[in-house]
Amino acid sequence: MAEAHEALAEQFEEMPQQTEASLLGMWTFLATEILFFGAMFLGYIVYRSTYPEAFAEAGRHTLILYGSVNTAILLTSSFTMSLAIDSAQRGRNRPLLGFLLLTILLGCGFLLVKGLEYSEDIHEHLVPGAHFTKELSAPGQMFWVLYWIMTGVHSLHLIIGVGVLAVVAWMAWGGKFSEYYHNPVLISGLYWHFVDVIWVWLYAFIYLINRH
Amino acid sequence: MNATLPQTETEFTRTRGRVPSYFEEGGRTVGSWLLTTDHKRIGILYLYSILFYFTIAAIAAAIIRLELITPQGDLVSAETYNKLFTIHGTLMVWFFLIPSIPSVLGNFVIPLMIGAKDLAFPRLNLLSWYLFNIGGLIALYAVAIGGVDTGWTFYTPYSSAFTNSHVVTMVAGVFIAGFSSILTGVNFIVTIHKLRAPGLTWFKMPIFLWSNYATSVILVMATPVLAMTLVLLSIERIWGVGVFDPKLGGDPVLFQHLFWFYSHPAVYIMILPGMGVVSELVTCFARKPIFGYHFVAFASVAIALIGFVVWGHHMFTAGTSIYSGLFFSLMSYLVAVPSAIKVFNWTMTLYRGRIFLTTPMLYALGFIGLFTIGGLTGLFVAALAIDVHVTDTYFIVAHFHYIMVGGMVTGFLGGLHYWWPKITGRLYPENLGRLSALIIFIGFNLTFFPQYIMGYLGMVRRYHSYAPEFQIYHVMSSAGASILGVGYILPLIYLIWSLKHGKKAPANPWNATGLEWQTTSPPPKHNFIETPVVTREPYQYSPEVEERMIYG
Repeated sequence: MAEAHEALAEQFEEMPQQTEASLLGMWTFLATEILFFGAMFLGYIVYRSTYPEAFAEAGRHTLILYGSVNTAILLTSSFTMSLAIDSAQRGRNRPLLGFLLLTILLGCGFLLVKGLEYSEDIHEHLVPGAHFTKELSAPGQMFWVLYWIMTGVHSLHLIIGVGVLAVVAWMAWGGKFSEYYHNPVLISGLYWHFVDVIWVWLYAFIYLINRH
Repeated sequence: MNATLPQTETEFTRTRGRVPSYFEEGGRTVGSWLLTTDHKRIGILYLYSILFYFTIAAIAAAIIRLELITPQGDLVSAETYNKLFTIHGTLMVWFFLIPSIPSVLGNFVIPLMIGAKDLAFPRLNLLSWYLFNIGGLIALYAVAIGGVDTGWTFYTPYSSAFTNSHVVTMVAGVFIAGFSSILTGVNFIVTIHKLRAPGLTWFKMPIFLWSNYATSVILVMATPVLAMTLVLLSIERIWGVGVFDPKLGGDPVLFQHLFWFYSHPAVYIMILPGMGVVSELVTCFARKPIFGYHFVAFASVAIALIGFVVWGHHMFTAGTSIYSGLFFSLMSYLVAVPSAIKVFNWTMTLYRGRIFLTTPMLYALGFIGLFTIGGLTGLFVAALAIDVHVTDTYFIVAHFHYIMVGGMVTGFLGGLHYWWPKITGRLYPENLGRLSALIIFIGFNLTFFPQYIMGYLGMVRRYHSYAPEFQIYHVMSSAGASILGVGYILPLIYLIWSLKHGKKAPANPWNATGLEWQTTSPPPKHNFIETPVVTREPYQYSPEVEERMIYG
């Protein structure tokens, strides 16, 4: 073992132990996240099975083009994130920085498209409350309550993800990473993939079920 | 930095001839505490914090008990009474009981017990403490601007559509404190997996580690569900859109499902760590290895896992189906099995042990008795027919106080006394300790046992006035509460006294096994001069040969 690396925290004996701890920590945190989203998905499933027709009708008002474009953007971003992790593991700094920036860009692209979709939703009176569209029933309005909460919480996670990746990219730019030390890339990548996977579920639940 | 203290560890060691303790290294300034990442200091920060919230919640309880001395509602109005029991419940559950043993004793002891320098994520640990207090202060702010009258359960639609009290503010406080729980859970899980000293295999770990591990799994897996439930509740309340409100197509029972999916496992957050402490105390003061180590260890895990599938027993009268009732009733009986395994194993550990009735041991024995009563009455209410009869009565109140106060608080005090010499480097006065353990035991039983009787006779909970025939039980209960109060104030006084005037503690005053006793009292900042190597099973005590112990 060479002399202690500056990034090796004092409570660890060696870097592999620190890496394992970071990864286990992130996986444990993602277990929390699954349950966090799980509560919403449960609510959605309960109400969807209580009001199948109203939910199907309300679901047909969602804008599937935006949803599909965003699915493509986010899946691509997971691909570029994987490439970033691969570059980090090989200790190749410039590609690492490039792929991180590309991932951030795709994340921002997702948020932009989501913003456009939200503004159209608002325009269509699909915001629950006093001005909600008269075309849909009360249970239909509940679909839209859940739509805003679920996609909203997801977007919040994505904004956090972009912020985290920005910090990691800044660290990469400062030459902090090497083959030996690149934990932040690994764990932010795990988080990013998780947010992506959640979107895949949201896409199926919100845009696809009973579309026709 | 304090100028009178030597600046560096080496300088300290040279001038004083010993390694500086965690109090000394880094200085004694306020900044050195508020920015510390040392798990031992953070444990102490938590101790101060939970004492603060406990005091407020205890004052609320005192006013409640005063009000209930007479059948008329004469001291406070019904509305104020509702706010008082909400303050009491909310603060006691989220800001005292849940962090009590894990965040104070666990924080301090876990790295020492596994022979590590710190937790896996020290900065995250400090962040947990800050989140905890931000949440706590927001909850107190909600109390200060008028309080909340929903009870700690925040049942919808009352909480979202009807009450005029400050539900959203209170819920925000609980939400933020929840993240503190989650981060602590993540930290403990990773620490126990990855930072164990060489040779410390899973089955050489003291039971306290197993029970904190099981607790952490619940913290990580249950808390997020509560967090999301509170978000949904707040959205419904702020924007008046339908999530749980039946008028808008929602289902209030869904709220109850989600709430108890967290809050029943949370009951096990509030007892498993206490069980861990008792396992340490019983072995040390009976001078025997724990009986059936593997069973006790796996019982913690079993309680945590089965604890996730019993939540429906809070809703037997909420209109859930008979099949759901059957399932949850059966599961609730099942969770009694690992609990009973623990009680029987502690008892078998005592059998033919060399028993020392020290303060921690008195608390441990109190725990076993009170937990048994609380657990057995839990079986009564797990039975569908009896539950219908006693739901929302003082029988339930007595049941969960036997677990949470008789169990967890007793375990916490036992553990605090046990590790006090390690934490502070001072011994507390043993006779006063024993006296207070006795006072608490008597006061507790006098407070809560009458509540079983009046609850069974039909005294409904959460009312500030009641039928005169229950007065005798309420008077007994209030009298017991005042004794209990004395029992809590006494340790507060002599423990603080001991910080300055207590005898200096040796490294291992109890002659106990366990890595935490192999380092100095109080330990140095990095816990051990050299990383310990573990070769023996835990609890290698032998009652036959040990005639002496205690204070060397």
